[in-house]
Amino acid sequence: MAHLNTSANIAGPDDFYAELLATHEGLSKAESDALNARLILLLANHIGDRAVLTEALAAAAHAPGGDKA
Amino acid sequence: MSKIFETPLYPYQRSADQDASQPVRHPVIVIGAGPIGLGAAIDLAQQDVPVLVLDDNDKVSWGSRAICFAKRPLEILDRLGCGDPMVDKGVVWNTGKVFFDERQVYGFNLLPEEGHRRPAFINLQQYYFELYLYERLRELEAEGKPVQIRGGNKVVSVTPKDDYVALTVDTPDGPYQLETDWLIACDGAGSPTRAMMGLDFIGRVFEDNFLIADVVMKADFPTERWFWFDPPFNRNQSALLHKQPDDVWRIDLQLGWDIDKEEEKKPENVIPRLKAMLGPDVEFDLEWVSIYTFQCRRMEKFRHGRVIFAGDAAHQVSPFGARGANSGLQDTDNLIWKLKLVMDGKAPESLLDTYDWERVYGADENILNSSRSTDFITPKSEVSRQFRDAVLDLSETYEFARPFVNSGRLSVPCTYDGSPLNGPDAAGLPVRTRPGSPAVDAPVSGGWLLDRLGDKFQLLAINTEVPANLEEGGIAIEGLSLSTGDDPSGALKDRYLGKAASAVYLMRPDQHVAARWTAYDETAVRAALNTATGRA
Ligand SMILES: Cc1cc2nc3c(=O)[nH]c(=O)nc-3n(C[C@H](O)[C@H](O)[C@H](O)COP(=O)(O)OP(=O)(O)OC[C@H]3O[C@@H](n4cnc5c(N)ncnc54)[C@H](O)[C@@H]3O)c2cc1C
Repeated sequence: MAHLNTSANIAGPDDFYAELLATHEGLSKAESDALNARLILLLANHIGDRAVLTEALAAAAHAPGGDKA
Repeated sequence: MSKIFETPLYPYQRSADQDASQPVRHPVIVIGAGPIGLGAAIDLAQQDVPVLVLDDNDKVSWGSRAICFAKRPLEILDRLGCGDPMVDKGVVWNTGKVFFDERQVYGFNLLPEEGHRRPAFINLQQYYFELYLYERLRELEAEGKPVQIRGGNKVVSVTPKDDYVALTVDTPDGPYQLETDWLIACDGAGSPTRAMMGLDFIGRVFEDNFLIADVVMKADFPTERWFWFDPPFNRNQSALLHKQPDDVWRIDLQLGWDIDKEEEKKPENVIPRLKAMLGPDVEFDLEWVSIYTFQCRRMEKFRHGRVIFAGDAAHQVSPFGARGANSGLQDTDNLIWKLKLVMDGKAPESLLDTYDWERVYGADENILNSSRSTDFITPKSEVSRQFRDAVLDLSETYEFARPFVNSGRLSVPCTYDGSPLNGPDAAGLPVRTRPGSPAVDAPVSGGWLLDRLGDKFQLLAINTEVPANLEEGGIAIEGLSLSTGDDPSGALKDRYLGKAASAVYLMRPDQHVAARWTAYDETAVRAALNTATGRA
């Protein structure tokens, strides 16, 4: 069974990070929230594997700063 | 012209029971002549079990209420002898459109699977649905079957005793007493029986109001289901447009929680809303307007000794997904054969507890689906609305997002996985016909498989021989042997054989699979019959 890949997996992390922020540039809070929601759905569909998605949800919920779930 | 739902069908008449010196004892009394009570009574009468139906009213459902009936209930109605009038009158539809804000985001075609006698669903006013059930009941009565219906008979007390139930019934001539060996309470979501017995009805209340307007219009809207999220004519709310027979259209507008119901129902408030939705030039007449709220809840147990609850009395769901009447008919489908075996002394009373097991399982499935639809239609938090809107926005361009759109998941039959009545399964046979599943229809030798199943235990043998008749502890099992030659379309093979060369299915009287094998083994069949009747 596949697991959530939590080791560094993106080539050019600074580039990606800048692109992520640039995508949000000039958006209101509500527009950014909507964009994030669309992005999550697109990425989740791309991953597809239900077990990996569950791991990702748990990892996000339990990361430092998010431990309420 | 008076409407069907304004016409008394079974007005109060004094019965001999009211003049008896002692309360008359009946084998089975059904409270409520809604769709579920009528279904129960027809099923019992067909099996020659005497049944008395009591209803405080004498007409069919006031206004339409349910409009969408799914394939499994239609198959049950075929077994009850009244599928044809429903399907002949009903509107068959397959296409739907979803709108978000001012635009159509996508359309879909549900393309039903080939090789089934009945369509995936039909739309039909609940008053027709009840009328055809009522006519079927009268037809059985005319054939001499032991069934009676009494209008204007309001049950006002229910007292369970050790081996019977005592009832007080109020009538225009005053109250009288009755007794019954078994009581089936089909007295609706507000079930007075439940209240009189002090039983719970726990679940979730949805703080929302919906306006239903059934309108008659000649406009040529297509026969499709149109669903709007946040449309300009009903901001931040949803709307539904769906066709029924006789040029009647169901319009369902979400109104929110803080409203004045009496005000909203007035034609001068309803008509402008409808004009905003349909366009200024469309002419229509209001047939029926009502405002409803809903809850998703069920009783903890559906069987309380000799009192058994079915339909809305036992469980209630939101209308999104058309699971109310559809699941209620599956209740009585499940119950009646068990009750008959118990009444005939062929199965222990504990068989009735499996009604509870199987239909609570079904109710939980329906409540889960219906709650999820409601949460999508009416997001309960800001983030839930963000995801909902994101799904709708993406669905316009991307196919992947469309399965997330939930404007009601239409009722599909329940498979009783893990039921105590299930016997052995055989590896390699198709998953969809595993033990606990309702039989899947298929065209066989010029007819339909489902028309040959039901009302008794049967051994369905494919490409192998089984005895034409078998008996186990007083219960008959009828053999039905089919072969590849009876299966021109290959559907039987797909649905019942898979990769196996042959198969033997033990079918219950409600057309559900009890057990299956790839070859006939008499000892195993006898054991499975005992398991399926609670005798193991
Ligand atoms: C807006 C709306 C849309 C719906 N759409 C659908 C749909 O598309 N598909 C679907 O499957 N379901 C739908 N439903 C649900 C469906 O209408 C109900 O599930 C169905 O009517 C339940 O049938 P019932 O026989 O259990 O109860 P009811 O239809 O409520 O019948 C109960 C009967 O009991 C009688 N009664 C009550 N108390 C007594 C008493 N003390 N003595 C004697 N008689 C009594 C009443 O007179 C009544 O006739 C919808 C419901 C609503 C409100």
